[in-house]
Amino acid sequence: MKVLVGVKRVVDANIKVRVKSDGSGVETANVKMAMNPFCEIAVEQAVRMKEAGTVSEIVAVSIGGPQSQETLRTALAMGADRAILVETDQEVQPLAVAKAFKALCEKEKPGLVIMGKQAIDDDCNQSGQMLAALLGWPQAAFISKIEISGDSAQITREIDGGLEKLSAKLPLVATTDLRLNEPRYVTLPNIMKAKKKPLENVKAADLGVDVAPRLTTVKVAEPPKRSSGVKVADVAELVQKLKNEARVI
Amino acid sequence: MSILVVAEHDGSRLKPGFLNTISAARKIGGDVAVLVAGHQAGAAAAAAAKVEGVGKVLHADAAHYASPSAENLAALVLTLAKEYSHVLAAATGFGKNFMPRVAALLDVAQISDISDVVSADTFVRPIYAGNVLATVQSKDPIKVVTVRITAFDPAAEGSGNAPVQTVAPGPDSGLTVVQGQELTKSARPELSAARVIVSGGRGMGSGDNFKILEALADKLNAAVGASRAAVDSGFVPNDYQVGQTGKIVAPELYIAVGISGAIQHLAGMKDSKVIVAINKDPEAPIFQVANYWIVDDLFKVVPELTKQLG
Repeated sequence: MKVLVGVKRVVDANIKVRVKSDGSGVETANVKMAMNPFCEIAVEQAVRMKEAGTVSEIVAVSIGGPQSQETLRTALAMGADRAILVETDQEVQPLAVAKAFKALCEKEKPGLVIMGKQAIDDDCNQSGQMLAALLGWPQAAFISKIEISGDSAQITREIDGGLEKLSAKLPLVATTDLRLNEPRYVTLPNIMKAKKKPLENVKAADLGVDVAPRLTTVKVAEPPKRSSGVKVADVAELVQKLKNEARVI
Repeated sequence: MSILVVAEHDGSRLKPGFLNTISAARKIGGDVAVLVAGHQAGAAAAAAAKVEGVGKVLHADAAHYASPSAENLAALVLTLAKEYSHVLAAATGFGKNFMPRVAALLDVAQISDISDVVSADTFVRPIYAGNVLATVQSKDPIKVVTVRITAFDPAAEGSGNAPVQTVAPGPDSGLTVVQGQELTKSARPELSAARVIVSGGRGMGSGDNFKILEALADKLNAAVGASRAAVDSGFVPNDYQVGQTGKIVAPELYIAVGISGAIQHLAGMKDSKVIVAINKDPEAPIFQVANYWIVDDLFKVVPELTKQLG
């Protein structure tokens, strides 16, 4: 079975982003970038399934500017077999991602698509569910476990208040949650090997999909700051403050 | 304008976030209709009819809506959506699962997790773990919106008297089969609805040590939460997780214990009214958002706090 894995290049999770002074967006020049953490989990899952023999080929896919090739090389170093960059210089929103993936799915015919549940930049949490809808495929969002047997999948997914068990026929779109696995670190020999793996560039227009953004960002701003608090010496003082000053207990 | 709100419920009662979603709908303005899809969920439909600001309730009943799959629920919403200018649901695990399908099938963008309404087509939403607020405008004919429930006050229950209409259920697509749910059993309040939350982080050291937080939580009638680090370390299940990738909460009182205050955790709790932090590291970033903090060993402070509250 072939697996398509989505990877997105985002501002590194440990960076505190700054709003541009004109409020038009977030400063991304000279900021450390990395693979979205949930996409790392998606790649890791595909690689583990290949190691277990349920997957024969892993194709990593990204949509964005030429810099996204770096992110695809990371996916190749983790164990993906080849990569496709859908190149565009526009801002890419989830519906556009879903449409580009749909076009690739029709060409590549994977049995499974794995994506991160959410990118930590726009925090949208949409692309996987949208892709499943456009393809008319089943979806398994926020998974913590997946087992493939024959042409069906057994899934455990995270829901508010606990877990849900699903079964679905393949092909399927799955989105990863935190506990699915712990992604491996890439090693230097694997980074070297990844440089030789195939990476194909296609233009969004060549896929015949309209990736123009639907939402216009009017402005961005920093949220109001919390007023600074005070250090208390001991539990007695804390209890007194909570009772008499904050009045929350 | 007319707004369709898709209700989250357990068959008999509405989930707490529903009332906040109604408030967001009322802020957009126009007639508010509610869809209750369930199986033998007449009680939930009747409860929705009583919520202030609800104009009518659409009730769809079928066995496959008992724990509806995203595929079946989205298909049902799609049959109704064209008559509305907006479709809303809470940005909970429920809404996040099926709403993007609705948007994709309508060929419109989804506006995720709004924290404010500027106008009928312009909304504020947090991005980058809540470190940035983006104001976005949609020109799509139907706005599909999920609502950050902590950003809107709950609508009043019990005063309304909206009619309940039956709508035809859609077919069961059979694409996925929900085989069952394992819900964490707890006598404590739900995280998203709790007035007080006690959360533990990596500093707790083990799942077993969460017992001291549970004892404190019981004194305060609080829910117990956790940071991503505590979930990653296997101390507690993922449904405890507060943060960018877990639950977003804004209780009256949030007590962070052994939590350093990573950006992704702060994203989930920094709108709490009062924040208390207990950490032995005097440089912990959590102190930057705390109203009160104690620099000391949590294994000494927490039992002492529990005792003094007794």
